[in-house]
Order: sequence, then C-alpha cells, then structure tokens
Amino acid sequence: MKSKGARLILQPAPLLRSGLTTPAAMRDVVYALVPLVIGASWWFGLSALLVLLAATAGAVITEWIFSLGAARGQSLQDLSATLTGMLLGLTLPPGLPLWMAFVGGAASIGLGKLIWGGLGQNPFNPALVGRAFLLGAFPTAMTTWQAPSGPAGFLGIIPSNLALPLQQPTVDALSSATPLGLMKFQNQETPLPDLMLGHTAGCLGETSGLLILLGGVYLALRRSIDWRITVAVLFSASVFSGLLHLFDADNPQPIVALFSGGLLFGAIFMATDPVTSPVTPRGAWIFGIGIGVLAILIRTFGGYPEGIMYAILLMNATTPLIERVTQPRPFGRGRPTL
Amino acid sequence: MNPVAAIRRGFRHGVHPAQYKAQTVDLPIQRLPFGHRYVLPLGQHLGVPAQPVVSPGQQVRRGQLIAQPGGFVSASLHSPVTGRVRAIEPRRTADGSLQLAIEIEADRYATQHLEPRPRSDRLALSLTEFIEELQSAGIVGLGGAAFPTHVKYTMPEGKRIRHLLINGAECEPYLTNDHRLMVERPATLLRGIGIVKRKLGADRATIGIERNKPEAIAVLKSTIRRHHRTGIAPLQVKYPQGAEKMLIRAIFGVEVPADKLPRDLGIVVNNVGTLTAIADYFDFGMPLIERVITVSGPGVTYPANLIVPIGTPVREVLDFCGGLKPPTRAVVMGGPMMGLPLPSLDVPVVKGTSGILAFTAESLPARRELPCIRCGRCLKACPHFLNPSRLGRLARLGRYEDMRRHFAMDCVECGACTLSCPSGIPLTQLIRVGKSKLRNSAAGSI
Ligand code: SF4
Ligand code: SF4
Repeated sequence: MKSKGARLILQPAPLLRSGLTTPAAMRDVVYALVPLVIGASWWFGLSALLVLLAATAGAVITEWIFSLGAARGQSLQDLSATLTGMLLGLTLPPGLPLWMAFVGGAASIGLGKLIWGGLGQNPFNPALVGRAFLLGAFPTAMTTWQAPSGPAGFLGIIPSNLALPLQQPTVDALSSATPLGLMKFQNQETPLPDLMLGHTAGCLGETSGLLILLGGVYLALRRSIDWRITVAVLFSASVFSGLLHLFDADNPQPIVALFSGGLLFGAIFMATDPVTSPVTPRGAWIFGIGIGVLAILIRTFGGYPEGIMYAILLMNATTPLIERVTQPRPFGRGRPTL
Repeated sequence: MNPVAAIRRGFRHGVHPAQYKAQTVDLPIQRLPFGHRYVLPLGQHLGVPAQPVVSPGQQVRRGQLIAQPGGFVSASLHSPVTGRVRAIEPRRTADGSLQLAIEIEADRYATQHLEPRPRSDRLALSLTEFIEELQSAGIVGLGGAAFPTHVKYTMPEGKRIRHLLINGAECEPYLTNDHRLMVERPATLLRGIGIVKRKLGADRATIGIERNKPEAIAVLKSTIRRHHRTGIAPLQVKYPQGAEKMLIRAIFGVEVPADKLPRDLGIVVNNVGTLTAIADYFDFGMPLIERVITVSGPGVTYPANLIVPIGTPVREVLDFCGGLKPPTRAVVMGGPMMGLPLPSLDVPVVKGTSGILAFTAESLPARRELPCIRCGRCLKACPHFLNPSRLGRLARLGRYEDMRRHFAMDCVECGACTLSCPSGIPLTQLIRVGKSKLRNSAAGSI
C-alpha cells in the first residue's frame, strides 16, 4: 500500500507503556487473597464464605450506588471496591452477623473512600476504616471468636451469623480466645505450628501465617506491592518485640509475635495499600518501621490484645508529613528544600 | 573489566521498556534512491535559523551551501541533491509548526555524484578554524536534539575538554541506526573520534554502548588500536542510558550539577553519528547532507536501516519500505519514548531525525486514564529524581510556579514516568505543557 490517505492521530510520546495497569495490580492482590479465602473456609466452614460475601457485597453495592454516570462503570472495573470488601471481610471474626459485615463493607467504601473524593484521595486505609467502624459500633460481636471447626464442620453455619439486622447475637458457648488474647489475658502461648497453619481462633484471614506469606511472596514477585513497607514492618516488629522479650521473658518471642494476630496480614495486605502509604521510597521505610513499632507497643502496653489496625491507621495519618520530609534529592542538586 | 565496575556502569532509577530492535538490528544500511523533491526547514537545528543564500529558480549542486548560519548558535545548510531551488516558503515541519524552508527539485538526469575533496590540510587547522569548519559543514548533534556541534566544542577561556565521550547507548526502543553505524563503519567512527580528540586536545575518549549490542562492542574492540587511546564502556541496558547526564553518571559515577553542562566537568558528549559525519566531512569534503535512520514499527511493511538525504519527505521513505500497513494510526519521528508524532507524512526528514516509526491502532497505548493511586512507580522511574506524580497534579491545577519550585525545569521529558504509570496518566505531556508555560512567562517578563 502506498502511504497515502492514512489519517494520523497525534498521540504524544512516549508511545510505550510498562504493561502494568491499576486494575491489573488490584487483580493481583485479589489473586493473592484466594488462598486465604480457601484457608478461611477450611477452618471456619461456610460461615467464612458468607461473611466475606456480605462484606464484599456491602462495599461493591455502596460503590455502585454512589458513583454516577461514566465513573460508575470505571470505578467497578478497577476492582478497588471488590478488593476493599475482601480485605475487610478477612479481618472480621467468623461468627459476625452477616448484616454487620454488610454494614462494614458499606462503611469502608462510604466513610473510608467516597467521602474523601474516591479512589486515590482517601488518607486512611478504607478496609481498616470499615473495621474500626465495626469495632466501635459492635464491640462484643467484633471480639467474639470461634475455635476453628475444621473441614468436618464445613456446612455448619455459626448461629450468630444469622442474627437479624439490628439485633445483637447472643454469645454462644462455642466462643474461644485468639492466640493474642490468650497471651495477654491468660498468659498462655499457642504453639507455632498452629499459628503457621491457621489452627487458631481469630479473624478469617489472619489465622494461617503460611498462606499469608504465600500471597505476600506472589505480590512481591509481581511487584504489585512495595516490598519495602512489608519488610520494614516485619523487621521493626521483630526487633522491637525481641528487645521486649529480652527485657521481660513474659513477652512473646519475635517469631511468635510475627505469626500471631493480624501483624503479617496487615504488613502484607493493609500497610502496602499504595493510596495511603508514602510514594517516596525512603518514606516507605519510615512508614513501615513506624507501623511495626506502634503495633508491638499497643499489644504490649495498650488495652487491646492486637494493635496492628490502629498502628496502620495512625501511620496513614502521618503519610503526608513523611512524604514532605523524604522527597527525593533531584539529580545534580544538593540537599532538597522542603 | 571487573564485575563491580560493570555493575556500577549505570545510573539510578530509569525503566526497562521492551526493546523491539530485533526487526532491524541485523539489516545492513541501505541507500534510499534519490527522489524528486526535498524540503529543508531553515530552523532544523537548535538555536537561530539559517539564512538562505540561494533564490528560487537557482541551480544548485549536491553539497552546495544553500543557507548560512544565522548566528553563532546556528549551522549551515547544504543541498542534498543537484537540482533547482523551487521555492523558499513556509512549510509544515515535524512539530506541526510552519517554518521557512527551501524546497529543491532534483535534476533527474544528474548523477548525484559528489566529487571527493579530502581535507588534507586538516592537521594544520587551529581549534578556532576547526570549529568554524564544523559550523560551515552544517554539523549538528545527530542523536536527536540537533544542537550545533561547534558550540559544544567552544570552551570558555582557559578551560579544556579532557574527555570525549561517545554516545553509542541507543537506549530508545526500535532504533538501530547507531548500532549499524558502529558495526558497519567502525574505522570511520574512530577516525572521527581521532580528529575531534586531537583538535580539542582531549586526553581520552570512551565509547559508551549498552550491553544489548554485543556485535557493536566486538567490532569496535577489534578495530581499536592502542594509539587511538579510546576505550569502550559496556553499559547497563536501561532507559534513558543515552541521556547525556545519565551517560556521564554511568561512566564516571558523577552527577553533572543541575545548573551546569558536561563541559563544566571537562567532558563533551557526541553521538556516534555526529562523529562519523565529521569524519566524512574531512575525508570527502561532504557536508551534512544525509544521515542514517531506522524505519520500523508495527505499521511498516519492510523495516530498514537507511541512508536518507536530509529533506526527503517522510512519505517517500515509507513508500520505499513498502508503505504503511492499513491499520496504521500514528507515525513518529525519532524514538518511541521521545519522538514527535507527525501531523502528516509530507514533513521532511531533518538532521535530528533518528528514525521513522509507524504504529497501528492496537500497538498504541490506550488513552484511558484512571486516578493516581499514589503507587510511587513514576518516582522510581524518574532518572532526575523528580516527583512526576506531583508535577503532573500541579500542571493540571495550573500551578506552574509551584512546578518550578519542585524542579520541573530539570525534567528532560524522557517519558520514563508515563511509561511506568499504571493509571495511564500522561505525566510527561502534563509536565511538558507546564514547562513551556514557565518558559513563556519567563520570556514575557524580560
Ligand atoms: S519525563 Fe521528566 S519527570 Fe518524567 S521521568 Fe523523565 S525526567 Fe522525570
Ligand atoms: S505512577 Fe501514576 S499512579 Fe503511580 S504515583 Fe505516579 S502518577 Fe500516581
């Protein structure tokens, strides 16, 4: 063909892209969560799936209702609402009434994201905003834990799941304590293999350390999360808890501290939320170190057995400040000016 | 080379775009047959446009001067063919603007033979004379910016270039013109290096080549003799390795200060094509009237490396390569990272044209844009350690003065940030607009 009549468009350079897109990055995190969903269903049966579904439905439906016009299709396509719902669901106790999980999902998107102006604008991790909301609104239900039933009880739904809307469930006899609760209030340690495999009471997603690590390695290899943050959280938490353990042997060993509670889950899936963590590489280190130290501080000296949620939310608040002081030094220039 | 030094041969940040060089990397340079019509914009180098010294209707020979430098930062233009001046009038150029240009109609019966007139007196030239010669030979940087070479060589009193750095990095995807030049004409390149090194009084020369060009490295290694006092630095394959300051960072490990030029460090950087053109001038008396370009991209039927007379319309080059494939939607002059999207195929090849690339609809990136998710990938891509996410946001808000405070003027528009942004935000384009606003407001206030 002669080069005639070709209608050319003026698309400015560069005409190449790296191939990674925001929806693909979100999808990667969803994939990394799949083993956790399977693990949660293994230990907690159908209840786990129902709670996850309710939280995700709350998030997606809220997103759909409040985003209008062209933004509607786009905001669902980028999968961020689905991801927020799943992340929230995985931090809920298995016996939570489904209507509460749904409300939590709605709060995550509504209070955690939309009122700030949508994707990319929110200062706090939306899933954790939803979880903090639920913990404030329904403290009993949010701290009632079930011992894992294992695959045998797959079809047995935890009765409290089915509590009617606006009703508090009655606490049943099956309730159990989480490893951190046991440690804090009864001074009793859970064996490490149970922590690794998930044979403990706790939030849906936080029980099996190995499955969480699997997802983390996948995301780090795919470069979908900033590994600096994860490494910084885990490193600072181990060093700090190691120091506390040396000081007072009642405090757990670093390895137990890492694998109990939501620390690992938070370090891999929550702290690494790009929107609410610093964009600067040096900032990522500071942010992660802050989370690790705060989480162990709250665990050891605070009133709650677990502190990772508040640690991340607190550090979210410092993100703009951290970014300000960690701007990169431009090539060929001396110290940066603030 | 010891392995530690090898790892250091790079710069920090940067990106790894797909290479797309395989289509043309082994294709020998061919000569494009002479055509009928040539268009030479007077402002095809950086600086002051040249001034015509011919008038419409006048007969010109191939290599004859047709426009002289309009000032110090300016270069001569020569006729690429024997023929007749048809017109001197504004013509559309690659950046979309209208520019005064000389149009030459080739004489179809002329042989287009260029009588070799070697400059045997070149050894006797003083540095000042050498610099004047380069300006009148129309030599400008062939890497893309088309900065007049003689200006680069003009040093303040008492200063001297100590190190000549030769840029054979060719970090732009698709382009293989510099690679072919190194493989096919190593002796000419080394002669050019020798001439410049002797005239500038430089102690050493180093050719920087990305490691993805082992053939060029091998050929040059076997051609270099001890008396050349020229080394080869194999470089990390990373974009933008060929940016002057990144090349210097990779080879010497130093950052050229943001407000300084390489020559302030006693270094001058030349593209391999520029040095070959200098050698051709002194060997044959041929001014800069042709150059090597790569024609490639998914929209081109037969990709090629071609010697093209300056002034050839892009359409003729593409026709020689079998024309465009029907779904072609964009044609770019230069590389895919920093090139110019062409408004039409009638614009001419100029001295700074390193390639012509055609893209089909599906090979172009989607223009869909999502909100910034603050992932920080653009920061980790930027070789100048800027914050492109913030600069882009400020540009959208029209806060240009804030952009200046955040060093927008350091941006070299390399495109690495846009390439890496998962949300498809046109960061480079936003910053480019901001920079030109800042430049205009600076010009307005003087
Ligand atoms: S285009 Fe400018 S801001 Fe973007 S990476 Fe290149 S130098 Fe940095
Ligand atoms: S790469 Fe794009 S999405 Fe990521 S921080 Fe930069 S502008 Fe935002």
